[in-house]
Amino acid sequence: MSVLTRSLMAASIIALGTAAPALSKTFVYCSEASPEGFDPAPYTSGTTFDAAAHTVFNRLTEFKKGGTEVEPGLAESWDVSDDGLEYTFHLRPGVKFHSVDGFTPTREMNADDVIFSFERQGDAENPWHQYIPGVTYEYYSAMEMADLIASIDKVDDMTVKITLSRPEAPFIANIAMPFMSIMSKEYADTLAENDNMAQMNNVPVGTGPFQFVAYQQDAVIRYKKNADYWGTAPKIDDLVFAITPEASVRLQRLQANECQLMPYPSPADLETVRNDDNLKLDHQPGLNVAYMAYNTTMAPFDDVNVRKAINKAINKDAIIDAVFQGAGEVAKNPIPPTMWSYNDAIEDDSYDPEAAKQMLADAGVENLDMKIWAMPVQRPYMPNARRTAEMMQEDLSKVGVNAEIVSYEWGEYLQRSTEVDRDGAVIMGWTGDNGDPDNFLSVLLSCAATGEGGSNRSQWCDEEFSDLLAQAKQTTDQAERTKLYEQAQVIFKEQAPWLTIAHSVQYVPMQKNVEGFVISPLGDFTFETVDLVD
Amino acid sequence: MIRFIFNKLLYLVPTLLGITIVAFGFVRVLPGDPVTLLAGERGISPERHAQLSAQLGFDRPIWEQYFDFLVRLAHGDFGNSLVTKKPVLDEFLTLFPATLELAFCAIVLATLIGVPVGVLAAIKRGSWFDQISMTAALVGFSMPIFWWGLLLIIFFSGTLGWTPVSGRMSLMFYFDTPTGFMLIDSLLSGQSGAFRSALSHLVLPAIVLATIPLAVIARQTRSAMLEVMGEDYVRTARAKGLPAKRVVMVHALRNAMVPVITTIGLQVGLLMAGAILTETIFSWPGVGKWMIDSISRRDYPVVQSGLLLIAGMVMIVNLLVDLTYGFINPRIRHK
Repeated sequence: MSVLTRSLMAASIIALGTAAPALSKTFVYCSEASPEGFDPAPYTSGTTFDAAAHTVFNRLTEFKKGGTEVEPGLAESWDVSDDGLEYTFHLRPGVKFHSVDGFTPTREMNADDVIFSFERQGDAENPWHQYIPGVTYEYYSAMEMADLIASIDKVDDMTVKITLSRPEAPFIANIAMPFMSIMSKEYADTLAENDNMAQMNNVPVGTGPFQFVAYQQDAVIRYKKNADYWGTAPKIDDLVFAITPEASVRLQRLQANECQLMPYPSPADLETVRNDDNLKLDHQPGLNVAYMAYNTTMAPFDDVNVRKAINKAINKDAIIDAVFQGAGEVAKNPIPPTMWSYNDAIEDDSYDPEAAKQMLADAGVENLDMKIWAMPVQRPYMPNARRTAEMMQEDLSKVGVNAEIVSYEWGEYLQRSTEVDRDGAVIMGWTGDNGDPDNFLSVLLSCAATGEGGSNRSQWCDEEFSDLLAQAKQTTDQAERTKLYEQAQVIFKEQAPWLTIAHSVQYVPMQKNVEGFVISPLGDFTFETVDLVD
Repeated sequence: MIRFIFNKLLYLVPTLLGITIVAFGFVRVLPGDPVTLLAGERGISPERHAQLSAQLGFDRPIWEQYFDFLVRLAHGDFGNSLVTKKPVLDEFLTLFPATLELAFCAIVLATLIGVPVGVLAAIKRGSWFDQISMTAALVGFSMPIFWWGLLLIIFFSGTLGWTPVSGRMSLMFYFDTPTGFMLIDSLLSGQSGAFRSALSHLVLPAIVLATIPLAVIARQTRSAMLEVMGEDYVRTARAKGLPAKRVVMVHALRNAMVPVITTIGLQVGLLMAGAILTETIFSWPGVGKWMIDSISRRDYPVVQSGLLLIAGMVMIVNLLVDLTYGFINPRIRHK
């Protein structure tokens, strides 16, 4: 480390001492936590993706800025065979990897790098699979890439053919996710030669808009602009992540102009931001949903009429006002309105305590006692589950339902809420990974996701619904997929395995002179388009 | 003297062994495990859970894991973080200087203010100074650190703009940190303004961390002084006509310092607890924040080895305090 930092120090002293500092533009981002590492593949947190995947790396395909559509990245174009099994990627020529201390690339990005990036995650025999003891590839496993990819072949230096074991429409979006970042095989070989493989997770080498400079643990990450970037070159010269875990302190730093942009303000601070003449506030609906999942296998919640009755008894508008403080909108579908195939024709269960009471009586349910599970932590989709549960409790008491609120420590909550015989309805939520409806519907509601440890916490298994999802997954025509998902949402609403609560809105406070920042619905913070104007 | 030190060191061994049991057991008693937390909302199938647990060695009997931990420790291996995959010892050595620098400044601040205030309050017992300072000490002692830290940031950094909000160094400066102590490294860097920046970043967190020890030290000094002032030898010193200043500074203070030094030594352990909150508020990259993050992620190796390392450091400081006694009070040394 010291050799590297010393040489970088020398460079920066020269930069600070001789060049006019006013000429270089430094942008400081008050990030919310420390990255777990700089190799995006083994990790699952957004913090790590912002610090590594979106700054230093690129992928074959990329999500369009500010959207969830997929566009070409390191692959200039691709062809899909008629049976939907063979994907041929034509790589972008002339893409250069970064140079770091001890490594200068001698060649441009090619098929070997792509194959290396896939195989090291999927092939247990690959020497890079366990390059650090205990490393695992959670996203690769969760997205079922190992089963999905039958083979990866190098057609020529700039062409890679990936053969799937079954048609899978979301594949193109899956490989735009951070875990599929393209690493340099040449760098890996150099590290292996020097018996220094762990360095891959400390000093990343990618093709992205920014080049890694240094990381002081839990304090500061520094990057500089990649002057050879294949895309539009960044407008700022230096990018700094100032790690600031406390939300109110982030705001203080922003107000003091110690940083120019911050993520995740606390809802209570939004008013302060609006009233500060030096700041502005950008917002966009997040790609998320908060819901309460009934256990549809346990009486009386195995009866759809009881579930519907509870849905009608709860005043969601009041929850949006009190808990989300306006930073959210009422959810009626399991997918957010910004996602393609959102079925806006569906009508939500209206708030109607009288009707709810009648429905419960018709179902033969009297003096119902139920449990509501409220998570102990704040999540991007749910600012305060406890308060939400209390409001539900009060609403339910008006229709003669006695609700008890239970909570567990977060790790235990995650685990116990998946138990098949769970007693009670559980407040949960989801933030999309790749902008594909399948990433919500299959993950959260399919038959395959039921069972202990599964993410279908309603244990709801509807064959017709799951069949529609399976069909949609095998169709590459988006118009056709849209129809199937719209139909699936109708079944969901009729069967009501959840009370859909809200889609939260994401707010990003920044200095007034920040231009070009685009909020990502996927929750990413990226800075290649950002500029500071006077 | 050497024998005295050797005996003290011998006592450390069973204490450290006890700490390994507590540190090892504590994090495993907490509900939730690292594998489940890693999977998050997505959930994890029992098969995959078992597979990952086995890979990490968590499926083996608990005593076997503990024994393995001890054997590795004996070889100087503190294990690797489950999250960052880096050696725990490396992380500790990177982060500990930040905590040490902060804690050292805090304890110096608390002593330099606390002792004179306590002495003055004792001499002028019942005066307005005594009343005000002891009330302030009581308030300081009961201060919620988190609230106090935010209040200072909002006032001094926000409203007045005198101090930076958080961090250890202005981001304008960038230099190598061979010692890890920003005050020293900034001087070594030779960059003008760097030391000043390091100092200005240190002021608020040091004040926040010093608040409780300062209150405790001031109160302890006052009561120790009051006790000593009533002793026969002080009366004798006064009777033989020594100047009041000399009676207080030499005869009374030196004897009153014994319990005060004990108190200061005990504060070191408490400083570690205070550092957790202070570091979180001020984005201070030290071991306090490191522990908190690791506990919430159930990063077993970091928690168990990290606690051991931190406890070891506290014990060394307490040992040094014990040695200081020997110098101040020869009776202890000769026992």
